[in-house]
Amino acid sequence: MKAYDIVIIGGGPAGLAAAVSAKEKGVDSILILERDKELGGILNQCIHNGFGLHTFKEELTGPEYAARFIKQVLDLGIEYKLHTMVMDISHDKVVTAMNREEGMFTIQAKTVILAMGCRERSRGALNIPGYRPAGIYSAGTAQRLVNREGFMPGREVVILGSGDIGLIMARRMTFEGAKVKVVAELMPYSGGLKRNIVQCLDDYGIPLKLSHTVVEIRGKERLTGITIAEVDSKGKPIPGTEEDYDCDTLLLSVGLIPENELSRGAGVEMSPITSGPLVNESLETNIEGVFACGNVLHVHDLVDFVSEEAGAAGRNAAAFVMGERRTSQGREIKLNPIEGVRYTVPSVIHPDQMDDKLTVRFRVGNVYKNCYISVYFDDERISRRKRPVVAPGEMEEIKLEREKLLSYPDLKTITVKIEEA
Amino acid sequence: MYDVIIIGAGVSGAAAARELSRYQVKACVLEKEEDVCCGTSKANSAIAHAGYDAANGSLMAKLNVQGNKMMAQLSKDLDFEFIQNGSLVVCTEEENRPGLEALLERGIKNGVEGLRIVEREELVEMEPNISDEAVAALYAPTGGIVCPFNLNIALAENACANGVEFRFNTQVEEIERIQGGYRLKTNQGDVEAKCVVNAAGVFADEIHNMVSEKKITIIPRRGDYCLLDKTAGNHVKRTIFALPGKYGKGILVSPTVHGNLIVGPTAIDIQDKEGTNTTRAGLDEVITKCANTVKNVPLRQVITSFAGLRAHEEGHEFLIGELPDAPGFVDCAGIESPGLTSSPAIGCMVAEIIKGILDLKENPDFVGTRKGILNPETLSMEERNALIKEKPAYGNIICRCEMVTEGEILDAIHRPLGAKSLDGVKRRTRAGMGRCQAGFCSPRTMEILSRELSMDMMEITKSGGKSSFVVGTNKDQI
Repeated sequence: MKAYDIVIIGGGPAGLAAAVSAKEKGVDSILILERDKELGGILNQCIHNGFGLHTFKEELTGPEYAARFIKQVLDLGIEYKLHTMVMDISHDKVVTAMNREEGMFTIQAKTVILAMGCRERSRGALNIPGYRPAGIYSAGTAQRLVNREGFMPGREVVILGSGDIGLIMARRMTFEGAKVKVVAELMPYSGGLKRNIVQCLDDYGIPLKLSHTVVEIRGKERLTGITIAEVDSKGKPIPGTEEDYDCDTLLLSVGLIPENELSRGAGVEMSPITSGPLVNESLETNIEGVFACGNVLHVHDLVDFVSEEAGAAGRNAAAFVMGERRTSQGREIKLNPIEGVRYTVPSVIHPDQMDDKLTVRFRVGNVYKNCYISVYFDDERISRRKRPVVAPGEMEEIKLEREKLLSYPDLKTITVKIEEA
Repeated sequence: MYDVIIIGAGVSGAAAARELSRYQVKACVLEKEEDVCCGTSKANSAIAHAGYDAANGSLMAKLNVQGNKMMAQLSKDLDFEFIQNGSLVVCTEEENRPGLEALLERGIKNGVEGLRIVEREELVEMEPNISDEAVAALYAPTGGIVCPFNLNIALAENACANGVEFRFNTQVEEIERIQGGYRLKTNQGDVEAKCVVNAAGVFADEIHNMVSEKKITIIPRRGDYCLLDKTAGNHVKRTIFALPGKYGKGILVSPTVHGNLIVGPTAIDIQDKEGTNTTRAGLDEVITKCANTVKNVPLRQVITSFAGLRAHEEGHEFLIGELPDAPGFVDCAGIESPGLTSSPAIGCMVAEIIKGILDLKENPDFVGTRKGILNPETLSMEERNALIKEKPAYGNIICRCEMVTEGEILDAIHRPLGAKSLDGVKRRTRAGMGRCQAGFCSPRTMEILSRELSMDMMEITKSGGKSSFVVGTNKDQI
């Protein structure tokens, strides 16, 4: 069996950044396994701009952003395999993969970095009633057809869900000659970034109907129309508010699900909130030497933060391989997300193993205006940061300092919560 | 002139065709859709019923029990998935116990083997997720689950291999009696046959009424279902039915042969024979009622929902036989549940009837076995690698949810009666049937179909007809 120090599952933005940082830290034996025909992952179909403002201080398209990291991977001589599907990861880090040339093969990894990304929620998961004609696509599938293959999925479009991919596709379909009639969003707020609502809908006069959902799908062969209705505070359609739209295409942008079938198979413990692994300060899962980063860990809005997080995962995996990790004295501090904060990544911190500065990322469960993001060390409030508005569509963060944590030797719980101003 | 024309390539038509191919017969199956298994046969509970349900002495009871008994051997001969997982009819109200006993008695009279009543304690041991209300259940060890697509496809492929012709996209519009048989006017021209088998599913009344004065009516009875992810597939081991009680006929909860969990169906009589749309009320009923027999069904794991139409005839009985006022015209109508289970026996019965009419001789070249599409997951790593070395396409995963390789998709396309659409590929290989519901693999499967069948991408459909996936190229209308 072949052996590598670090095997990275997925050659998208997370996998690439993890590989680069691990290599730069000094590990040479690294292998990236990518199932698609090229490195870069989903960025290759994200041909719009807006990537890289944090990482490179300039505005790049998705493929350009990916190319920066791919170049580093190539320059650093990091090994990778394309068209290679990972079939299984065992608890003791044996990775089983398959491709056309080598068939099925196994690799013993010292560490594994999970970087498989996420998939889109499908119509089925929403249980939208109606027929099942052609013409219903997840926004990402439509994005691939249009942006990579040059095919129009349809002419008259309704979009359900205001996730970023849906918003981006509203603009793209408009550019390519389709008529986007409406974007319906179940929640009373958008799931996407504010800038995308302005730049992708408002600029093109595409209406966004909040608190609306699709209640019927018509068309036996190809979609002919849908009905949307307003929903009440529990998300139930309100009778009498139905509006019919003729359309041949329905795009769904109704959420992303971290793709963790391999992680589960390996025995990685999962968070029911993020559907991603539970990780510690090193982005390490409950299985020693198995790390996770990017959208497989929790769904991000900005690839820049994926790269940053993945860089940390790569460094930590390298430290593990090089035996550099400080030995844990067992002190474990729990992060306690409450009152509007849905989860945190990481969920536990070993202060003796953490970097000098640690970014803790999280999402809120609702829209809050003029609020504070507050951090408590046990019962003592350590910090609060005023925010004019926080929303579920935009990931938030707090920074923790190692020195500070070490100065609280009895600290058990760090609570993160939203407080009213 | 054909000896026999079979109208409909659903499971009944395919079974009849396969059984007829045991004889020296010039037979043709006409199907209005682009593929086999496009109507009732593709959207049902996928259950091989034990046979305690149908009325004593009915044809339905007889064929159900026969079909159930044939299924295991047939699944080996024709290489489709069948698991005898057993079924339980759960009684949740003590006062309904007599109903359970009546069912037991009916089953015994129907010839169902191994039936017994299990009490709560044993029931909970068998099925830990059974409802807290359950008091007892009728256990039928012969109950099973089957892949409805592959059963239908296997029968059709085997018929085809033994010389039966299949014509798709061919809809019968009129039937005219002629000397020594019938002339069928279709959208693809006329065809003639000495005998006609009417296996037209929900349309069997229309076909029947073209030749007979004694009219029949088939009512499409819609059933809504939810299908859950494989992570939910072990929630129950057996097929769990509800004993009809104060909630009316219940909702079944069952694993599928592929490891998913299926929950359904409703029973709603409708007008539209193509009305396979789910409704909010229907899905809500499925979601609410499944809790009557099974607790904590993980409904957050639903990956798709669908509806199928049962071909319900007023008398709730299979109508199989030569019509007295139309010699040589054989009905195979009213095939609703347990039609899928009964199909092997229905095929035999229809073939017997035709044999009696046409005095058929045995086909010495008949081969009663068929190899299905190879599932590489059944191979050892060494065998798999040998296969990939020979055919590298088996090393290329196209559908990552169901781990379907390009090799399997190529086989599905190029075998006799091969797939021509995404749904055709899906039914044969499961590509696109998993948790992402074809989000990732559909563009890749389209590419393969386009390449292998030399079709333009614009011609690739979901399921034939106007169900195209892409309608043009970027900016082509600007």
